[in-house]
Amino acid sequence: MEWLRSALLPPQGSEWAKEIDVAYMAILWLSIVMFLGLMIAMVWFAWRYRYVPGRVTPHQTHNTQLEIFWSVVPLLLCVGLFFWGIDGYMKFAVAPAESMEVQITAKKWLWQFEFPDGTRAVNELHIPVNKAVHLVMTSEDVLHDFFVPDMRVKRDIVPGRYTEFWFTPTMLGEHVSTCAEYCGKGHSDMRAKVFVDTQEKFDDWMATGGDEWMKHPPEEWGKIQWDQKGCATCHTIDGSKSKGPSWKGIFGKMEKLKGGATVVVDENYLRESMMQPQAKVVDGFDPIMPTFQGLLRENEIRGLVAFIKSLQ
Amino acid sequence: MEHTLTAGSVTGDRPRPAINYLNAEKGIWSWMTTVDHKRIGIMYLVAVSTAFLIGGIFALLVRLALLNPQHTLFGKVWVTAEAYNRFFTLHGAVMVFLFIIPSVPASLANFVLPMMLGAKDVAFPRINLMSFYLWCGGAVLAISSMILGAVDTGWTFYTPYSTTTDGAVGLMTMAAFILGFSSIFTGLNFIATVHKLRAPGMGWFDMPLFVWGIYATAIIQILATPVLAITLVLLLIERVFQIGIFDSRIGGDPVLFQHFFWFYSHPAVYIMIVPGMAIISEMIPTFCRKTMFGYRAIAYSSVSLALLSFIVWGHHMFVAGESDLANVIFSALTFLVAIPSGVKMFNWLSTMYKGNISFETPMLYVLSFLFLFAIGGLTGLFFSTLSVDIHLTDTYFVVAHFHYVMMGGTVIAFLGGIHYWWPKMTGRMYKESWSQIGCLLVFIGFNMTFGSQFIMGGQGMPRRYFNYLDQFQPIHAFSTYGSWVLGAGLFLTAINLLASLKMGELAPDNPWGGTTLEWQSSSPPITHNFDEQPVLEHEPYDYRHRTVTHV
Repeated sequence: MEWLRSALLPPQGSEWAKEIDVAYMAILWLSIVMFLGLMIAMVWFAWRYRYVPGRVTPHQTHNTQLEIFWSVVPLLLCVGLFFWGIDGYMKFAVAPAESMEVQITAKKWLWQFEFPDGTRAVNELHIPVNKAVHLVMTSEDVLHDFFVPDMRVKRDIVPGRYTEFWFTPTMLGEHVSTCAEYCGKGHSDMRAKVFVDTQEKFDDWMATGGDEWMKHPPEEWGKIQWDQKGCATCHTIDGSKSKGPSWKGIFGKMEKLKGGATVVVDENYLRESMMQPQAKVVDGFDPIMPTFQGLLRENEIRGLVAFIKSLQ
Repeated sequence: MEHTLTAGSVTGDRPRPAINYLNAEKGIWSWMTTVDHKRIGIMYLVAVSTAFLIGGIFALLVRLALLNPQHTLFGKVWVTAEAYNRFFTLHGAVMVFLFIIPSVPASLANFVLPMMLGAKDVAFPRINLMSFYLWCGGAVLAISSMILGAVDTGWTFYTPYSTTTDGAVGLMTMAAFILGFSSIFTGLNFIATVHKLRAPGMGWFDMPLFVWGIYATAIIQILATPVLAITLVLLLIERVFQIGIFDSRIGGDPVLFQHFFWFYSHPAVYIMIVPGMAIISEMIPTFCRKTMFGYRAIAYSSVSLALLSFIVWGHHMFVAGESDLANVIFSALTFLVAIPSGVKMFNWLSTMYKGNISFETPMLYVLSFLFLFAIGGLTGLFFSTLSVDIHLTDTYFVVAHFHYVMMGGTVIAFLGGIHYWWPKMTGRMYKESWSQIGCLLVFIGFNMTFGSQFIMGGQGMPRRYFNYLDQFQPIHAFSTYGSWVLGAGLFLTAINLLASLKMGELAPDNPWGGTTLEWQSSSPPITHNFDEQPVLEHEPYDYRHRTVTHV
C-alpha cells in the first residue's frame, strides 16, 4: 500500500513521519471499511425497499442489543485509536538529551535559526541526518507555526513564550518548511528551506556557511548579510538617519567620535566596529550595537565591507 | 399526488382556507411588526439565505483566487494577498455568524417547531421578533465593516494578530457580539416553548426528533454564546485600551484567547450540526414510511452531543502550545463524540431497513447527507488521534473535514428541510425534476471541491494560503472547477424554488404523508396554525394507524 501512502502524504523525512504515517494509514483503512459498510447498507436498503404502493412497514421501535452493540464496538475502536495516538505522541514529547538544539525566531515574515555555537541563518535550516534536532521556538510579533510536511513537524510559535518540538531527520536533501498559522499578508510566502546534510557536509556548513557565498560577488553577498543579519534594522543604505549611521557614503569619510577624536572609516575601522562596536562610537549615536564576534564568518565580513565600499 | 388515510388523526385534503398566515394581513409594515413565528421564520429564511449568498460569493472568490498560482484571470493578475485574506475572512465570518448558526433554528425551526408541538406560537413571540432585529443589526454592522476596510483576521480573530492589524475588526466583532444575542434569544424561546407549550398528551418522548435536536441546540446556544460575547468584548477592550489580556507584549496571553474562543466556538459547531441531524431525523421516517428506529437513542444522542460539546474545545489547540496532559485529556474526550454521532447514523440506516422508500428531493438530500456526513465524521477520527492531528491540523485536510460536516452535513440538511417544508411554508409545490438535478449538481460539485482538499492537505498544503507551491496547482484547479458546479447546483435550486412561488402547483396539506403535527395544519397554515387545539393520539412516526398512498 506504499502507492496509496505516497499519494496521500509527503515523503517520509523523519522517524516521526513513519510513526504518524502508520497511524494515518490504519485510520484511513478503518474509515474506508466503515464508510463502505454504511454506504452499501444505505444503497442496498434504498434499492431493496424502494417504494411499492400500499406496502405496510413493520413497527420496529428499537432493539436494545443492537443499540448496545453499535455503541460499544465503536467505543472500543476509539479507545484503541486513542492509545495509539498518545503512544506516538508521547514517544516524541520529550527531546532526548543528546539532541542538537536550534532556536527559531519567527517574525513577519521570515524565519531565523540559531545554532548552539551562535551561528545564525535566515530562512535556511541546516541539520545533520540521523541526529535528533530539538527546536525551541518563539515569535517576535504574532502567532506563527513551524510546519515541515516531509518531517510531519508542526508546532505553533507564540510570542512571549517558548514552544518546542523535536525530530530525527532521515532523508538527505532539501525540504520545505512553511508557516501554518495565519500571520497576515506574507503568510503564504513565509517559507524556509530545510537542508538535511551528511555530518561532514553539515560540519563544513557550520564552519564556512556553505558555498552560497561563492555564488555572489562580494558586494551582493554583503547586501544579503545586511538584510539577513539584522544590520538593516539600524543602518540605512540611502543616507537617511536611523539608530546607527547610514552606510551611504560612509567609506573613506572622516567621522567625529564621542569625546572629540576622529577616525577615517576604512576596512580596519569597519571590522573593529563589527567585533568591538563600543570601542569607537560615532558622535551623536548611542552605544547600542551588539558585538558580532563569532556571529559573522570571514566571507560575510568581507562581503559587508565590500558592500559598504560600494555605497558611494 | 393523493393520500388515502385509512385511520389516524392526520387529516386528508380539505378545502383550502381563504385566509392564511401569508394573506391575513397585508403590507410590508404587517411583516415588520409581526409576532407570528411563521412570518418571522420566513423573514429569517430570506435573511439567512441572503447571508448564504454573500458568503457563497466570497467562497467562489476564494476558490477563483486559487485557480492558478499566478492569480491570473484571462492573463491578468486580478487579486492581491490582502484581498484574498479579506475574502476568506469574510467568507468564514458571514457563513458562521450570519448564516449557519441561525440557519436551521431561526428559520425552519421557528416555523415548524411550535406547530410540531401543536402550539399557536413560540412562548415569547415578541422576543422572537427582537431576535430577528438583533440579527439585522448584526448584519448591518458586519456589512459596514466590509465597506469600511473589511477584516483580515480569519473568522477566528486570533490574537495578537487581531489586536494589531488594521481594518474594521471592531465593527466585525461587535457584529458577532450582537448576533450572539440574537442566537441566545432564539434558544431561550425554544426552551420555554418546548417546556410549556406541548400539546395535551405530548410527553417528552412523544415529541418529534426535530424538536429534541432543536432543544439540545437551544441549550448550547444559551450556555455557550455568552462566553463568545465576553471574549469579543475583551478583544475589543484589548484593541482599544491595550490593557494586556491577550497581547504578550503588554503581559497578556494569546493562547488564553484561543481557549476562550473555542470554549464557545466548539459548542457552536454543534449549534450548527445538531439541527441538521434533527432535520434528517424528521425526513427519514416520512420518506421510508416507517417508524423511527431507536427514537430514544437518537433523542439522547442529541442531548449527549450538546453536553460533550462543552468539554472538547482543546482539540483545536493540540499544536498551539497546550500542555501534553491537556492534549491527552482532550483527545480522549473528543473520541467520545464519535459514539452519539455513530448511534444516529446506525439508527437512520436501520430505519430504512424494511421501509417503503420513495425518492423525492428531500429524501435525495437525506441520502446525500448520509454519504457526506459519514465522510465528515470519519475524517474526524484523524484529528482526535493525537499524533496524526499534528501533521493534518491547519492544512486543507481540516478545511475539507469541517466543510464535509458543516456544508455536507448542515447545509445539505438545511436544503433538504427547505424542500421538505416548502409546501407547508408557501402552499406551493416546486418542480420536482429541477430540484433533483440541483441536488445532484450540489452533491457532485461539493465532492469535487472538498474531496480533493483531503489529498492536498495530507500532502502538506496549509490553509489560508494565497501563494502555493506549483505541485498543488492541478488539485487547486480541480477544486475550483468543483466550486462552479456546486454554485450552479445551488443557483438552479434557488431559481426553481423562487419560480414555484408564482408557478408552482398548489400544495396539499400533507404532500409527503408526514405524521408529525405540523402536517395537520393547512398549507399554508392559518395564523393560529390549527383550527382547534390538536391532541396527540399516538407517538410520532407511528405508521400502524394509516397507509399513505402515492398515485
